[in-house]
Amino acid sequence: MKIQEGLYYSVEHEWLRVEDDKAYVGITDFAQQHLGDIVFVELPELDEAVEAGGQIGVIESVKAVSSMFSPVSGTIIEVNEELENAPELLNEDPYGQHIAVIKMNNTADLDGLLNETQYSELCEKEEQGGE
Amino acid sequence: MKLSIVNFAKKRSREGNNMRYTPNSATVVRKMLQDIGLGSMAELYADIPDALKLSRPLQLGDGLTEMSLRGHLKTMAARNISVEDMPCFLGAGAYDHYIPAVLEQMLQRSEFYTAYTPYQPEISQGILQSIFEYQSLICELTGMEVANASMYDGASALAEAGIIACSVTRKLRVIVSETIHPEYLQTMKTYAKSGHMEIVTAPAKDGVTDAEALLPLIDGQIAALVVQQPNFFGNLEEIGRLEQAVHAQKGMLIMAVDPISLGILKSPAEWGVDIVAGEGQSLGNPLSFGGPYLGFMAVSEKNMRKMPGRIVGQSLDSDGKRSFVLTLQAREQHIRREKANSNICSNEALNALTASIYLTVIGPQGLRKIALRSHQLALYARDNLLKRGFKIKYDQPFFREFIVSCPDPAAINEKLLQHGIIGGYELQDGLMLAFTEKRTQSEIDRLIAVLGGELHA
Amino acid sequence: MPKLLIEKNVPGSNAFALPPCDLNMSPLEDSIPSQFLRQDAPRIPELSEVEAVRHYTELSHRAYGVDDGLYPLGSCTMKYNPKINEWAARLPGFAHVHPYQPARTVQGCLQLMSETEKMLCEIAGMDRFTLQPAAGAHGEMTGAMIIKAYHTHHQDHKRTKMLIPDSAHGTNPATTNVVGYKVVELKSNADGLIDLDDLRAKMDDEVAGLMLTNPNTLGLFEKDIDEIAKIVHGGGGLLYYDGANLNAIMGVARPGDMGFDIVHVNLHKTFSTPHGGGGPGSGPVGVKAFLADYLPMPLIKKEGEEYSLDYDRPLSIGRVRSFYGNFGVIVKAYAYILALGSEGIRDACEQAVLNANYLRIKLRDDYHIPFDRLCKHEFVATSRKQMEESHISTLDIAKRLMDYGYHPPTVYFPLIVKEALMVEPTETESRERLDDFIAAMQNIAQESRKTPDIVLSAPHSTVIKRIDEVQAARNPIVRW
Repeated sequence: MKIQEGLYYSVEHEWLRVEDDKAYVGITDFAQQHLGDIVFVELPELDEAVEAGGQIGVIESVKAVSSMFSPVSGTIIEVNEELENAPELLNEDPYGQHIAVIKMNNTADLDGLLNETQYSELCEKEEQGGE
Repeated sequence: MKLSIVNFAKKRSREGNNMRYTPNSATVVRKMLQDIGLGSMAELYADIPDALKLSRPLQLGDGLTEMSLRGHLKTMAARNISVEDMPCFLGAGAYDHYIPAVLEQMLQRSEFYTAYTPYQPEISQGILQSIFEYQSLICELTGMEVANASMYDGASALAEAGIIACSVTRKLRVIVSETIHPEYLQTMKTYAKSGHMEIVTAPAKDGVTDAEALLPLIDGQIAALVVQQPNFFGNLEEIGRLEQAVHAQKGMLIMAVDPISLGILKSPAEWGVDIVAGEGQSLGNPLSFGGPYLGFMAVSEKNMRKMPGRIVGQSLDSDGKRSFVLTLQAREQHIRREKANSNICSNEALNALTASIYLTVIGPQGLRKIALRSHQLALYARDNLLKRGFKIKYDQPFFREFIVSCPDPAAINEKLLQHGIIGGYELQDGLMLAFTEKRTQSEIDRLIAVLGGELHA
Repeated sequence: MPKLLIEKNVPGSNAFALPPCDLNMSPLEDSIPSQFLRQDAPRIPELSEVEAVRHYTELSHRAYGVDDGLYPLGSCTMKYNPKINEWAARLPGFAHVHPYQPARTVQGCLQLMSETEKMLCEIAGMDRFTLQPAAGAHGEMTGAMIIKAYHTHHQDHKRTKMLIPDSAHGTNPATTNVVGYKVVELKSNADGLIDLDDLRAKMDDEVAGLMLTNPNTLGLFEKDIDEIAKIVHGGGGLLYYDGANLNAIMGVARPGDMGFDIVHVNLHKTFSTPHGGGGPGSGPVGVKAFLADYLPMPLIKKEGEEYSLDYDRPLSIGRVRSFYGNFGVIVKAYAYILALGSEGIRDACEQAVLNANYLRIKLRDDYHIPFDRLCKHEFVATSRKQMEESHISTLDIAKRLMDYGYHPPTVYFPLIVKEALMVEPTETESRERLDDFIAAMQNIAQESRKTPDIVLSAPHSTVIKRIDEVQAARNPIVRW
């Protein structure tokens, strides 16, 4: 299971990459593995206002469905429309495919997120707990 | 209640009053208990605290053998009058249409009716294909792009349609015309108690939706408008203006429809409807005192993933063979759980199969003929009633059902019964009469004669 | 490969006709303006009667019902569907009765419903039942709405949550959401039962109630149900019984005696009505007297010898559907209960529990059984041994079972057990059938050790192999 360097992580298995005041968000390798083959991604609406921890999308696989939460507050300024026709891109390249871009309105939200090490520990704990 | 082996053996003797579908004899049961290290049946319930166990047998009677059961049920059924005994002019959401003999035979194939939901596609291809065909037929009738595998009935399907609209538009208000079936409206109101939907009614005028009163209600708050076509009174609703108004406000148009009427009436898709719901009882399902019936739902493709219920899709197996499978299951309760918008699990699969077989047997011309005949008999009745001086309550185009004005419909129905006719649906000031292809001119002549007082009691 | 109806379309082959009628047929447009009329006929396939019959006959050959063999689906209670009940539901006096006929012409129907209500009350330990809900989930929704109505009527508007065990069937949390409550999940303890401490911690004055199955979805009886009821009632909540597993206790114990305030039962599970390939079912809801006012209307009233529909119920939650319920299904359940009688009901329950424990004990050597102790009518196994040996999953085992001619047990449920295989034989299986099933399962376990590939690539003998479900969900084709 891959964890990429240089990203923020959320306890809900989202990753976040910051560019100026923009946050690129997606789901982690752990998330896509557990979902299985992803069949549909319900993207957020452009210009939608989001709260940290609020739901911004839904990801469906054959056997599961998962809500996607925004790790930060702000406004949706871009969505990855390729995912509409090729949801499997999230399985193939979870860190290379963002789901949405959020213009942050409170960078302090980033303080509540995890770094790679913390996220790695979280994943280990969840793997063990699952059995 | 502790059972000793002796009592137990006595219970399981061949002579008894009751039916038993458990195949193991007392000897076999004893051996099975021994095999698994238990001394008695009572030990199977050692995990239930004694205080919680029944200290007496259930009071359900001694049971009946099949012969006695048969007699008992026959007597009970004979206490009822059926539409095989008398012509029936009742409609109001359930119709006495002819059920072809093929249906009764095919539906008794136990592979169909004793099967479970086709979650294991490799051994359920027959069931899955039949559902796929049913979905396709509903799409053909309604003109919509996607249909689900069935819901409970027209009322609950309509209620769920309202919920979908609220979820899609993220608004709460659903305007419902008062010309829909009153029980459908009541059901929608009950479902709305969840807080996921808010019902506002639009009044009727002259037997159809009062467009003048309704149009001002259609604003930016509206999630959906719900109409029925033909409406509860049998009248046809002008949809054009309403559709434009709803869509201008980004609301959804929901229509409850009658499937037989779709043999000749404009399809909901042509009206610009977003969600179709309806009652499929007319498609070969017996009246059965109100159930089991058949809720159907169809939507446009863009709303496919919002539709509740099971959906069968086509795919390929690993050998490249065309195959059918339950798909888009991530919408359903067993996956969505607390995120689900609908909790539907069991549906009306066998009634849906009934509808498919019915449509196949009557064929495309048959559906049209049945709709035409039903309507023409209604016209014949109307014309003759008018000739006799009766008033038809509403002056509207209608399909196969209309209301005769009268001050005491209950009394008229009683009189009709005495003359061997099941009358119409009682409204406050009128009797609603429905006509199907099973009715004949002579039955109608007799009906009118009794109504007109020409036949003496 | 079987064709679809539309692929068998032969114009001119359908001969369905109506009897002649010499009505003066004016053009349709005279009575219905053309704006209301259809321009294009719906594309319904045209087949002759013989080809229609062959089509559906062929489809039936590619289906599998209880009449074909064992169907050990946990949580579904796939017991034998008695044929006398099928006959009963088709009697014209039941099948061909319009729901709006005057009461005096349907006394037999009303009597049947009334007596069914009484029998269900007796079996469940409740005071009144509604027969209106069309399925178990529909009954759950009805029950949850009754709970809501009760609290609302008592001005208790704080209650916004419903407690649901993590082992619950998906309909329970779905129902909770549908009715407008928030789900609060209760943990199961190491014994597979409700964690009482977790319950105590989460039961507060914002909780409307607890939805419970007993025995639970692991087939284990919640022995602390008394304490559970005390905790929930003590906090002002109501206790709801999901009757899916009633087959495990009927005649031996009753939810009404355990502290449950409201129950639903599944006629298509416990009471032998057929599953129909997915429905129709029926989910009557029973309540203790203090909740009866909230039941959907109408109820059936008996005055003297006369039955009628009772609409005078001002506190009722209203209707959850049109008409009165799935009457044609209720007839079958009525006949079943009447035929079995007190002894038969208890006997069915006992045999169901015996059969489940018999299987559990005979399979324990080959399959991991996480809660390997006295169970009720069903138990959960897993593919853990097979997974460790040869990476064989529950899904693989299920597919291989089909090659042996069996419908697989329920797979991947309950969610709290990884790779779950839930087995419920029911009481209508003989020891011979059970032994055959055990042999098949043992063979598969053997294959998993020696020749795993045959399991991994199963099924081999079914009409199709494994399906690409991912494509079906990514690019859905849902009509011809």
